[in-house]
Amino acid sequence: MKSIPAIIGAALLVTAGIVAPLLATEIPQGARRSGYSFTAPETQAIQNDDTANPGMLSVLDGASLWKDKAGALSKACADCHHDAGVSMRGVAARYPAFDQALGRPVNLEQRINLCRVRNQQATPLAYESHELLALTAFVAEQSRGVAIETGADPQLEPFITKGRDLFMHRQGQLNLGCTNCHDDNWDKHLAGSAITQGQPTGYPLYRLEWQSLGSLERRLRSCMAGVRAQPYDYGAPELVELELYLMSRARGMPIETPAVRP
Amino acid sequence: MASALINVPAKAKRGEIIEIKTLMSHIMETGYRRTATGELIPRNIITSFSCRYNGAEIFRADLFPAIAANPFITFFTVATESGKFDFDWIGDNGFAESASALITVE
Repeated sequence: MKSIPAIIGAALLVTAGIVAPLLATEIPQGARRSGYSFTAPETQAIQNDDTANPGMLSVLDGASLWKDKAGALSKACADCHHDAGVSMRGVAARYPAFDQALGRPVNLEQRINLCRVRNQQATPLAYESHELLALTAFVAEQSRGVAIETGADPQLEPFITKGRDLFMHRQGQLNLGCTNCHDDNWDKHLAGSAITQGQPTGYPLYRLEWQSLGSLERRLRSCMAGVRAQPYDYGAPELVELELYLMSRARGMPIETPAVRP
Repeated sequence: MASALINVPAKAKRGEIIEIKTLMSHIMETGYRRTATGELIPRNIITSFSCRYNGAEIFRADLFPAIAANPFITFFTVATESGKFDFDWIGDNGFAESASALITVE
């Protein structure tokens, strides 16, 4: 009977040993790395060459959509915003941003759709549709190399906190929080693939696994499915708050859109 | 919204070996996948790619279902004279796209 408390004690120690390192230790500023640095040289070569990067095909499509007239008012993005190279430079580096009318943050896809509804009187584009991804990629590509500054707006503070809480929150049948991999184990591998830091510097990005461009929300949803959790719907406030936290966590890192990942 | 990205050097020396890179936007649906309700998604791929240098064919490739979306094809040729490269992609459902690029050989 003497051994039972010892076993419990040992079990507690083991549990403590497992749990303790999983307590979120945020990545120091100097140690932050883009997902690019985790990829193979072959994948990096695709991203480095704009004529090899399939994400650029969508950027080209986005450039033509930018000039297409749409909606009841028959206005194109270019009619108001003119040269995207000037008007959209640095925009993606500030998103998700606070929308006064909605009273909550919106991501770049949602901003494009809000602009369509409010200013073009057009129907919003479906999440992950080729058109929405192409326009988003085109707009975000204008900010390539610009340092991320999302979250500078004080109105976003409570939403960043909520996003951070979700990032730290264990969920799904595997009972894992984002932080358990992307803060605590980013220097390790999971089934042969590098665990990255989850720095969203290149979205929308071309994923070789997807064989297409995809948004940060698609990536987040597949991560949630990966821990056997019920993913939030596209455009859900929770997902946008998580995006907001991730972007504010990557503050200072340059935008790479359209990035290429395995 | 099919579009192509072509990378051909604008200038080359006579006799120089140059690399040509082409990227074509295409879903390359294999014909082996099914929808959530079990229906077969029909095959939709590019079946043929060719390149002509001043009218003479210098490269041709047949493509098959195992090739990934947005096929990226690169090859080398010798820069013999100034002129034009013509690229043609042909595929299922009447898919036909072409692009061209100019080169100056000194």
